[in-house]
Order: sequence, then structure tokens, then C-alpha cells
Amino acid sequence: MKKKKYIRWCSFILITVIGICMIYPLVWMFFASFKTNEEINLAVNLLPEHFDWSGFIKGWDSSGQYTFTDFFINTFVIVVPTVLFTVISCTVVAYGFARFSFKGNKLLFGVMLSTLMVPNAVLIIPRYLLFRDFGWLDSYMPFWMPALFACYPFFIYQEVQFLRGIPKELDEAAKIDGCNSFQILTRILIPILKPSMISICIFQTIWTWNDFMNPLIYINSVSKYPLSLALRMGLDVAASTNWNEIMSMACVSILPLVIMFFCLQKYFVEGIASSGLKG
Amino acid sequence: MKRKKLGEAKGYLYIFPWIIGFLMFQLIPLVNSFRYSLTDIKLGGEYQFIGIENYIRMFTEDVDLFNSMWVTIKYIIMVVPAKLIFALIVAMILSMKIKGIRIFRTMYYLPSILGGSVAISALWRVMFMKSGIINNLIGTDINWLGDPKYALFTIGLIDIWQFGSSMVLFFAALKQVPRDLYEAAQIDGAGKVKVFFKVTLPLISPVMLFNIVMQTINALQNYTSAYVVTGGGPLKSTNIMALKIYEDAFVKSDLGYASAESWLLFIFLLCLSGFIFFTSKYWVFYSDGGGK
Repeated sequence: MKKKKYIRWCSFILITVIGICMIYPLVWMFFASFKTNEEINLAVNLLPEHFDWSGFIKGWDSSGQYTFTDFFINTFVIVVPTVLFTVISCTVVAYGFARFSFKGNKLLFGVMLSTLMVPNAVLIIPRYLLFRDFGWLDSYMPFWMPALFACYPFFIYQEVQFLRGIPKELDEAAKIDGCNSFQILTRILIPILKPSMISICIFQTIWTWNDFMNPLIYINSVSKYPLSLALRMGLDVAASTNWNEIMSMACVSILPLVIMFFCLQKYFVEGIASSGLKG
Repeated sequence: MKRKKLGEAKGYLYIFPWIIGFLMFQLIPLVNSFRYSLTDIKLGGEYQFIGIENYIRMFTEDVDLFNSMWVTIKYIIMVVPAKLIFALIVAMILSMKIKGIRIFRTMYYLPSILGGSVAISALWRVMFMKSGIINNLIGTDINWLGDPKYALFTIGLIDIWQFGSSMVLFFAALKQVPRDLYEAAQIDGAGKVKVFFKVTLPLISPVMLFNIVMQTINALQNYTSAYVVTGGGPLKSTNIMALKIYEDAFVKSDLGYASAESWLLFIFLLCLSGFIFFTSKYWVFYSDGGGK
């Protein structure tokens, strides 16, 4: 019995130590944004000597012509429609796959899953040329359109799994009550699907918010830069001098994600556990 | 009969957005990518069909390509096992019903959300500077980002740091292992280690397979950290495939050649996952007798 307690304590200490290592860089980043450049470079202390806001003020102004206000707005203009389009299109498509038997259902579903295996690197060049022909370069269409047309097989798969767990008798009952197939989706299934839809929204928000490669390729005017490109530009310009500006803007740019994480924690864990485990 | 037809039509109607999206943004680009790989297409102007010349060039002239493949392989070998081992250890400890589990889960999961962002890559650049906090904290004088020996490892740390999502999956799997199995094993006199290898590990092996495949794909696609933190250097020691393809395509404007390289990466990924699935027959255990 004593041995068991001993193991418990060791494990507890172990995960506390690992946990602190995990969270330390983030805490350090937060406090570094209040430090002066010399302090960031040389001091070992976590806390700054005094809280200095100049990094935020100067960093926010960025190059001067465009400030982080613009970059935040751009990011929202990319993220919000992308997330909404994704969740709507994926739900509709998942409903089609899960509830209707048509010729080739299984085959198409398999094809959809297999597209998960295609690396982004293969698609990025032809997509670039395609979007250039469409005249979509330097606009947000390359983000919105694939979302509108349900190009996220992982999310569709997750919702199909969820829908398969909902008894078909519910649909039948609604049909008898006079619902058509679209009303069955909107009135009966969507309320039940809500946790799954929220988790799609969360993950799509994170991915689009953090996305760097796609903006790098499709967006070239600074006025349309999202946060990821703006930060990268700051790194280029500052050239190892103004670290506190970079750290403060890095903090600001991930703050919305952190807030979202704390508000919606429950859905995060459910989302991963359900999408990864079933099937 | 007619109603069935109608039902079929409705099914197609609902999946119609995906069919369009699949054709336009996935299938056609995939076919085009292969077509381009057989041409000398550049960012502007005309191009012509040159057969398998790009592929020949890949294997005969391009020394950097071998380096990039090797760097990518090293990266996967370093990141995937480390990530899964950490994830499994932490998940096992958390499943011991330890106090404050929610706080721990938050601590471990937060990096997974932020890790892919440019913000974290910037943070890494600052922390791992020669005069930076890491050297100051542990009292070393290592040039983490400037020395080819350490650079790849430093970038890999960002990825390993994000073991949270694998951990959540392991945690969920561990919770589903029936308690009586452990008790039965203990009564039969099995020690902790034996219980782990003979009971726990086989029962969570399907999740292990899923995690290995997903993390391998992720590691292959990783791009932001190598681009922002080191830019492929020093001495191309962090020039992973995704980065090389990007540079050949959009910096050197050599789209045709880069397409050929991307197919090499694709085929590598297919072989790798094929290999993982093939071996999984021998180590993945489905409690319902297989066949899902």
C-alpha cells in the first residue's frame, strides 16, 4: 500500500514538472513582451523588472502604413466565412453520405477519405495555377471556396460517424409528421449534431488562423496580409533587434485562440476523442 | 421504385457540393500536378512537355534533394516516436485519477493549439538565440539555430511540444480498457511492466496505429517552423521536403520540377503508410476480432 502511494506521488511530480516545461515558453512569451530588449536577451528572470508597454505600442503600428488593426481585420475576414462555409457544407454533405443510399455511396465515401492521404505539397502548385487563371490570387477566394465546397474530408468523416450514431427512427418519425428531408436535417439532426459542429468550428478556426503556407502563396499585397504574414514580415524587418515588439505582437496574435480555448474547453476534448476514436 | 429513385437523387443533391469541390480543388489539381511534373512549366510564359526529364534530374543532378529527403526522414524518426512516448506516459499518469486533472489537461493541450502558428516560431527564434533564455537557463553556450548539429532538433522540439492531441486520444483509449482485465492479470501474478506490455498496450494498439499514421502525415507536411525559425538553414540542415518544394516552385519559379518533387514526397508517404499498415497486422489487436 505504501509503495502504491509512493508511485502516485512520483507520477504526480513527474507530470507537474513536464507540465511546467510545456507551459513555460508561453508564460515566458507573455512576460517577455513587457521586457526591454536587453532583458529578453540576457535576464534569466521570468518577470520583467518593470512592465514596459512600448513593445505593444510600437509593435502594433508595425510598418506604419498598415497596423495590426488591419491585420486583425484581414484575419477575421478570412477566418469567419471560411469557418461558416466549412461547417455548413460539411454538415450537408455528411447528411447526404450518412442518410441516403445511392449508387456509389460507399465508393465515393472511400474516395473522400483517401484524399486525406494527398499531401498539401502536391496540390499547392496546380491550385496556385488554377487560382491564377480564375483571377483569385491576392484575394481570399482561395480560402473561402474550398470551404464552401466541403474540401475538408476529415470534418465530413467526423460528422458522418456522429450521424451514424443517431437512430434512423428519429428521421422516420419526423417524416411521418410531414418533414421533408431538408427539414429533418435542420430541425431534428442539427440540434443533436451541435457538439460535433462546434468542434469543427473550433478546429477550422485554429487551422485557418494559424495557416501560414496558403497566405504566403496566395496573398502578396501587405494591405491584405493576415496576422501570420504580418508577424513573419515583422521578423524580417526587425532583423534581431526589436524582440519585445515581436513578442508582444506574437502574444496578441494568439490571444483570441487562447481565449477561445478556455471558453470552449469541453468541446475540444470531445472533438478529438470522438473524431479520432470511432471507426 | 420511383420513391427509391427520388431518394437516390436527393442523396446526390446533398453531396453535390463535395463532388464539385473534389473535382475542382482535389482531383483536377492532382492530375494537373502529375501533368506539370512532365513539363518545364515556370511561373510565367509557355511550357512544353519534356517527358520524365524532371524525374531524371531529380535522381542524377540534385544533391539538395537527397539532403532534403534525408532531413525529412530524420525529422520523422525524431519527432513521431518522441511525441507518442510523451503522449502515452502523460496519458497513463492522468488516467490514474490524479487530482487536478483538468488543469493538467489544459496545460498539455494548449501547445497543440498554438504550436503551428508563426507566433510560436517567432518565440522559438527568440528563446533559442545564442544569448537567449534557453542557454541562460541551462547554462550552456549552444548555437541552437546556427549549428547544423542542433538546428533540426530545435525545430523538432516545436513539434514534440504539441503532443496534446495524441495524449487526449490515448487517454480516451485507456479509459476504455476494462478494469477487470487489470485485476485478472494481477491475480495471475503479472507485474506492472508485464501488465503494461501484455494488457494495456495491445488494447490501445488501434489508437496507436491511428496516432502513428496521423503524426507521420503531420510531420511530413510541417512547414511553418522550418520556414520561419531557420529558413532551411544552416547549411540546409533543416531544409525539409515541404520547404524545398516551396522554394523550387515559388522562389526559383521552377514549377514543373517542384511538381515532380512533390510526387516523390507523395510516393514516399504512400510507401511509408503502406508499410505501417502492413506491419500493423502483427501488432494491432482488435478486441472484437478484427474487421472493425
